[in-house]
Amino acid sequence: MWTWFHQLASPPTFYRFADVLAPWLFGFAVLLIGVGVYGGLFLAPADYQQGDAFRIIYIHVPAAALSLSIYTLMAVAGGIALIWRMKLAEVAVVSAAPVGASFTALALITGMLWGKPTWGAYWVWDARLTSELVLLFLYAGIIGLNQAYSDPRAGARACAWLALVGLINVPIVHFSVTWWNSLHQGASILSVEGIRNPKISGDMLWPLLVSLGGFYLFFGAVWLRRMQNEVLWRERNARWAQAMVVA
Amino acid sequence: MTKRQKRMVAVGALVLGVGLAAALGFTAFRKNMMYFYTPSDLLAGKLAAGAALQLGGLVEKGSLKRGEGLAIEFVMSDCHNAVPVHYEGVLPDLFREGQGVIATGHMDAQNVFVASTILAKHDENYMPPNVAKAVGEVDGKHSCAPFKSVTTASSS
Repeated sequence: MWTWFHQLASPPTFYRFADVLAPWLFGFAVLLIGVGVYGGLFLAPADYQQGDAFRIIYIHVPAAALSLSIYTLMAVAGGIALIWRMKLAEVAVVSAAPVGASFTALALITGMLWGKPTWGAYWVWDARLTSELVLLFLYAGIIGLNQAYSDPRAGARACAWLALVGLINVPIVHFSVTWWNSLHQGASILSVEGIRNPKISGDMLWPLLVSLGGFYLFFGAVWLRRMQNEVLWRERNARWAQAMVVA
Repeated sequence: MTKRQKRMVAVGALVLGVGLAAALGFTAFRKNMMYFYTPSDLLAGKLAAGAALQLGGLVEKGSLKRGEGLAIEFVMSDCHNAVPVHYEGVLPDLFREGQGVIATGHMDAQNVFVASTILAKHDENYMPPNVAKAVGEVDGKHSCAPFKSVTTASSS
């Protein structure tokens, strides 16, 4: 098992492994997102208060969950890259940032579209919305910092430090609605009470969980593909990479 | 200590240090992180008289009175204290009795909160209409938990 991990850390082995895994992840992602979104839009009943407006959660909640999960994964990969100087972890950091930024932007945009009809405002500066915007800026900072270095390994390590500094924002985003007064509502599922007894009825919950699973698989597929590209570019002078391109 | 262990300590110290700094900072500035005050804060008299602020609470059952045109009056409560609110303008669709709302405005000389905008605060419960009817959401579901007092730290 341990040696398998060591082998996987070598760029050519990872490249071939990702080549096999990514299409499967992508296929199941499309399937799950399709089922989840269909279930959410057509099978789930309308909400007693918001009517059909609540259906944005089938996109908004997975996007927001991923914006936090991707940042956490990026910081963990950053820690590994800094401590063990592992090349593949550096690649993982810089490849994840644009995907995370996209999901953060999607969460913010879908939230605003929902906020106007439900709350009566597109945007307010409450703790949840503000900290999620800070998350977007953190992603943007990591993307920019990486571009600023001509040596990709030095750039990735700088990004890893920044990712670790910003990690504190992840619990702040999640607990902002518990610690402080906010306009944004509390967690329906991921709270001490909600995890045992979700505050969303079952026929609305299952499409959300399916959609969540699909979004995570989709991220997995995109991350692997982006890492493959990055590995190939970084190793462009290595014999295995050149053989891969010619073949 | 090997180089790797040193780097491990550096990464650990960074994460813990930033975490500690954030915890201290947010404890000190807790008040500034709050999006709204509650009726209890307003009546405790610790806020500047007549200051513009956001006030959050539930629209008390049976308190909503519609005046001429768009003018309305209702009582906003956080389950401990209540403040009468006057508002003239467009309301969000979710506005009704029992609903959580956040009003921007100020306390006038007659101790009525005059609001210039009202936002609806949705809670974390989602259910179809028939279930809502069955559990009697009209009384039971809306809680005062999201309306934490700002001036007293204990109620969080």
